[in-house]
Amino acid sequence: MSAPYEEITDATEGKVYTVSGNDWTELVETLTGQQDEQLVVNMGPQHPSTHGVLRLVLNLDGETVTEARTVIGYLHTGIEKNMEFRTWTQGTTFVTRMDYLAPIFNETAYCLGVEKLLGITDRVPERAQAIRVMMMELTRISSHMVAIGTFGMELGATTPFLFGSREREMVLDVMEYITGLRMNMAYIRPGGVSVDLPAGAVDKVGELLKIMPQRIKDMRKMLDANPVYLARTKDVAYLDLTGCMALGITGPMLRAAGLPWDLRKSQPYCGYETYEFDVPTERTADVYGRYLVRMAEMEQSLKIIEQALDRLSGPLKGDRVMVDDKKIGWPAQLALGPDGLGNSPDHIAHIMSGSMEALIHHFKLVTEGFRVPAGQAFASVESPRGELGAHVVSDGGTRPYRVHFRDPSFTNLQAVPATCEGGMVADVISAVASIDPVMGGVDR
Amino acid sequence: MLSTVEQVAGWARKNSVWPATFGLACCAIELMSTGGPKHDLARFGMERASASPRQADLMIVAGRLSQKMAPVLRQIYDQMAEPKWVIAMGVCASSGGMFNNYAIVQGVDHVVPVDIYLPGCPPRPEMLIDAIVKLHDKIQNTKFGAHRAKQIDELELQALRALPLIDQGSAK
Amino acid sequence: MSSDNLPGVPEEPIARTGMFGATGTGDTSGYGRLVVRRKPELSTPRPYGGYFDTVADELERALGAELADAVERVVVDRGELTFHVRRERLVEVARTLRDDPALRFELSLGVSGVHYPHLEGEELHAVIHLCSITHNKRLRLEVSCPDADPHIPSTVSVYPTHDWHERETWDFFGIVFDGHPALTRIMMPDDWDGHPQRKDYPLGGIPVEYRGAEIPAPDQRRSYS
Ligand code: SF4
Repeated sequence: MSAPYEEITDATEGKVYTVSGNDWTELVETLTGQQDEQLVVNMGPQHPSTHGVLRLVLNLDGETVTEARTVIGYLHTGIEKNMEFRTWTQGTTFVTRMDYLAPIFNETAYCLGVEKLLGITDRVPERAQAIRVMMMELTRISSHMVAIGTFGMELGATTPFLFGSREREMVLDVMEYITGLRMNMAYIRPGGVSVDLPAGAVDKVGELLKIMPQRIKDMRKMLDANPVYLARTKDVAYLDLTGCMALGITGPMLRAAGLPWDLRKSQPYCGYETYEFDVPTERTADVYGRYLVRMAEMEQSLKIIEQALDRLSGPLKGDRVMVDDKKIGWPAQLALGPDGLGNSPDHIAHIMSGSMEALIHHFKLVTEGFRVPAGQAFASVESPRGELGAHVVSDGGTRPYRVHFRDPSFTNLQAVPATCEGGMVADVISAVASIDPVMGGVDR
Repeated sequence: MLSTVEQVAGWARKNSVWPATFGLACCAIELMSTGGPKHDLARFGMERASASPRQADLMIVAGRLSQKMAPVLRQIYDQMAEPKWVIAMGVCASSGGMFNNYAIVQGVDHVVPVDIYLPGCPPRPEMLIDAIVKLHDKIQNTKFGAHRAKQIDELELQALRALPLIDQGSAK
Repeated sequence: MSSDNLPGVPEEPIARTGMFGATGTGDTSGYGRLVVRRKPELSTPRPYGGYFDTVADELERALGAELADAVERVVVDRGELTFHVRRERLVEVARTLRDDPALRFELSLGVSGVHYPHLEGEELHAVIHLCSITHNKRLRLEVSCPDADPHIPSTVSVYPTHDWHERETWDFFGIVFDGHPALTRIMMPDDWDGHPQRKDYPLGGIPVEYRGAEIPAPDQRRSYS
């Protein structure tokens, strides 16, 4: 370990610290000059097997990885700063684009944070909570499907990818039917959800529930005992519980190390305590274990969706989906029209020709937004990759003062050196893929 | 059967476009689903996504391009063999989209020349296929040599004369 | 205007006027006269309620008399417990929170920076969220440092997961974490100027050089004439 500062100089104003650190190119140069037997391989940021724009700088001794460095930031989008310039409701449009494989989770974490600040957590209607739960679990399935599919593809097997994207497509169809968009739907809003389930949505989800178990079984049949798959995954990228804790790793990686830590059970939100499901764990702490956990989680998700669906079509039918507070709830109970757009003819008729006050109110709420009492809150949900936390700070205005996301991919990616060093270079790919980082979430 | 060399070459080129996928963000996921079984890009002879820019002639920039990534994009573009085309997929790649901030390049046309701008956030796979078909049409009708120079001038003139969208009306 | 007839206007300083904080252009909403007032800083009196009292007691006991000055303020707000910690004591406090059997906050959820330009002498805040898996509890540590001397001791030695989180906070806010093994930029390019998520950094319009070309600000971009 070197000194924290490159240099410290005394100037008239006081001490001047230079913390420039080493440039990556410089680093590569130094390393190349130093070791004659070592090979420095630069993977990415544009590489098909690194899951997006991730860059790995590997130090190789023959086939063995002696040092692995991860370079991120190639997708830094400035979402957190951009949100400070938009209203609280518009924030959902931004957060949904962070971890783009699990948009609903970002929205939920953010909205739970905002609701905590507003103090309306208990007033969010139950129907909205059940819809949130259902949408989250649907997203979990689609996200895990992509994770397993791309994992297969990165190892050179196309069939898991084809299976995975076929199944994901099925989920996306349902999502589109409900929200109007396939991805990045900004469906969950502070106080509830943007539109109620359209007619026929329950049947659509029911259909999915009928087909999906068989599809998951197919995937299991193909991979669970596949000797090639086992050879590439068993005992690869081992990371035990101590390592996970130290590195702050959550999600399937932690559960594959044997700890049944799942926020849905331990610190429930959105009414998860009323659903019946198990937290699958494995004790192998390797890539195969993570795969098994993901598979089992999808099966559990189906169970949760079924229960949520029963409630939505049964006791919660016809309930509201937005908090009953005209100052916060988006003015219109949007309805999904035949054109697939969320508009609301009744509401428009009301504000345009019925009531002047309603028009003013609508205008105020849409342009200015609602005010959120000053303070800070942290809300987290269990996303497919681990604990997704939103640190939301308000100064009492109509825009967030600061929003920070604790993205599980960002934290979990720190495990790359721990899991890869000392292993074979080919196993780097499966190690990274088993972490399942989504660069949009990592870099935000 | 009569044709020109240009048409034959265009036909050959358009039917064997090898894309170098430049998946960056959310749009890349839709790009992947385009290659998936439901939308099946193989119908256009384009399922072979090239991992190496040297063996590719179409770059599909799918997603938001950060300032940090811009030099990489340009480098990959420079490595591709001529003739080459670029599709800017999604509003982020086309104009920066909703992220008009310090981190994102406001449209990849700041860095590489773009042939097709594809709006949407993200564009549906069908929209991407439509963009690809339009690009095929463009490739088919590309001219050579002096004709090409003339074509470029003509297209430029056409673009300059074009009315703003609002004046064009709904009639095509 | 006599104030007897008006509802009591809070005395707190004005935080912001207008909607988007924009001057000149940008604010087209007509809400230019919006006034946002700032909440005073308070510390919560005991009892805090819930498990918070136990955590506070245990921390006091574990820190002992020597470190009694470590916690400046305790705030309980919206069901969350926040310890404002003196920066010199951060590492000890974090280590105690992690290791003491009655506390055991073994999982850290990272560091989040916040820039409050109006809080003189403590402009930059680093917020650490901790979670105890053993006891299923949560708390938040908040450390501040003045803009003129942006130093906070690094907690990587206690929570190795803070490695990237502190780099990110340095990158975006310019907080120097003393003792971090390699405090380099993580998100922005290595040669970037400034710390973009501070409040004094504009959202867009940063001239970015790319091979001699500059990208202008969004509002001065591309004129179609
Ligand atoms: S256009 Fe939309 S979907 Fe595409 S990268 Fe940008 S934000 Fe993502």
